[in-house]
Amino acid sequence: MDKIWVIMRKEWSEVFKNRFVLFTVAFLPLILVALPLIMLYFTGSSGGDLSGLSGTDMPTRFAELCGGMTESECGQYFLVSQFMLLFMLMPLAIPVTIASYSIVGEKTTHTLEPVLATPVTTLELLAGKALAAAVPGVTVTWIGFVIFEVGAHLIATSPVVLARLTEPLWLLAIFLIGPLLAIASVSVAVMVSSRAHDPRVAEQLSMLVILPLLAVFFGQIAGLFLINEKLIMWMAVALVIIDAGLFAFAIQLFQRETILTRWK
Amino acid sequence: MIQTENLTKRFGDILAVDDLTLELEAGEVFGFLGPNGAGKTTTIRMLTALISPTSGGATVLGWKIGQEDGQIRRRVGILTESPGLYEGLSAERNLAFFARLYEVEDIAQQVERYLRMLGLWDRRAESAGTFSKGMRQKLAIARALLHEPQALFLDEPTSALDPEAAHMVREFIASLKHEGRTIFLCTHNLDEADRLCDRIAVFNTRLLALDTPTALRRQLYERTMVFHLRQVDPRFVERVRSLPFVRTVRSMDDKLLVAVDDPEDNNPTIVRSLVEAGAEIQFVGELRRSLEDIYLKLIKDNEEVGSGNGDRSSG
Ligand SMILES: Nc1ncnc2c1ncn2[C@@H]1O[C@H](COP(=O)(O)OP(=O)(O)O)[C@@H](O)[C@H]1O
Ligand SMILES: [Mg+2]
Repeated sequence: MDKIWVIMRKEWSEVFKNRFVLFTVAFLPLILVALPLIMLYFTGSSGGDLSGLSGTDMPTRFAELCGGMTESECGQYFLVSQFMLLFMLMPLAIPVTIASYSIVGEKTTHTLEPVLATPVTTLELLAGKALAAAVPGVTVTWIGFVIFEVGAHLIATSPVVLARLTEPLWLLAIFLIGPLLAIASVSVAVMVSSRAHDPRVAEQLSMLVILPLLAVFFGQIAGLFLINEKLIMWMAVALVIIDAGLFAFAIQLFQRETILTRWK
Repeated sequence: MIQTENLTKRFGDILAVDDLTLELEAGEVFGFLGPNGAGKTTTIRMLTALISPTSGGATVLGWKIGQEDGQIRRRVGILTESPGLYEGLSAERNLAFFARLYEVEDIAQQVERYLRMLGLWDRRAESAGTFSKGMRQKLAIARALLHEPQALFLDEPTSALDPEAAHMVREFIASLKHEGRTIFLCTHNLDEADRLCDRIAVFNTRLLALDTPTALRRQLYERTMVFHLRQVDPRFVERVRSLPFVRTVRSMDDKLLVAVDDPEDNNPTIVRSLVEAGAEIQFVGELRRSLEDIYLKLIKDNEEVGSGNGDRSSG
């Protein structure tokens, strides 16, 4: 356990010196928290401006969720809901970036061999690297969410909308789906990193993990399905299975001999 | 101390190490000499429990590779082929990180001790990325010693360095000799092996020879006698060449170089023949062969045998 922590601290002091990594870890949360707050601010203060949107742009199925809301409240809630999905970009993109730089970086500087020559187990090493990548992603997501909630309470005028923003649906997404996505993203980054020579290439390739999320995002906008608690739970179950598979594969790739002889 | 038995490693079709059987004694500096691609790094990786052999086995400090790898890793130090430092971290943090992974008890003290020993103490706060090649190599050597390993594996410690840095590193390795550690030194530099090692294994996928540097020179080769004459005449060359025990004769300036198997027996006869032919002998000596000659011949013979086999199997 001690060694995992030693590795995590080393990863952080190295990887956060890189400006690409810093940019992703700092800039992405800033945008994703600020944008929905700005929207709440403008739609909330000007009252009925959204009434035009509610009937036309919003998928009809979404209205099912709006029981007890006025049309404008429903429109506001719909907009912010879209951002909740985009929030999930954080636990995907941040770990991918950190892991890509930390693993491909070690490959290009040939530091993995001396590390593997120490009594550290490959599982400790993988855990150290995975946690060093996942923990900032999840932490930033959670902090971002708290800031968003506090901001929303300061800005939003409608108590009905506010109540919706702390529903189990949101909490499940942030506190359950978030970490599960982070595990998936780290595992994918490990796999891609085993083949990549350039951390930027690894990062970009690994970013493909955000495609399913974007599919869900546009799916909801297009009204193909509706994100509700039941769907979130199914997603969580699916993610647990996917994570287990991906992580098992990452462990396979993360063996001493494999790293030294087949990671080119 | 370190024993290998029929140690063999294949990478797919490539045979990297073939049937290597060796025994190192405690405290010796053992040279592992071979050209690029000979399988030196692969051998070190097997002995430091980084990769496993395809067949055969080894014990390192009494622990079996493949079975007691954790014990081995704890007790051996390795200087990998490239220094592999965290360039963004200071020299001190580089060492402290590895000291933690090696479970060193007194981290600050050990880090300071080796930074000082290698002359890096004043630059401990600078990041390793700003270091020259020689300093990086020294830092990597410090890292290999932090946990006071009983056996130290050095993979071509000077091959990437300029002559001055190489000299410093060699001096340091020589100074380690007195500490009683067993040192396994891979190199393709003959001079280095000759100067530092107690015994040398000449290796190219297979073990070709194993002995002390002096014995290697003496045993494996015919000896070459040098006859300094006042003047060399072709007749002298002919006369010496006609002697039955003489292998080769070359003339060079005013010298005759004569290769024989047994100088003590053969020299009086050669001297007599030369005098009879009218030569004026000024003095007689023995040409000390460089290890390089031996080495090149071993490698060349080995390759000829190898290609010979290939011809036969394809024919
Ligand atoms: N990971 C690997 N995959 C395939 N072949 C390898 C691998 N590592 C080494 N080899 C091959 O094994 C042989 C020995 O390599 P190596 O041990 O690095 O030699 P040396 O260190 O003496 O230069 C070479 O032919 C090399 O190409
Ligand atoms: Mg090598």
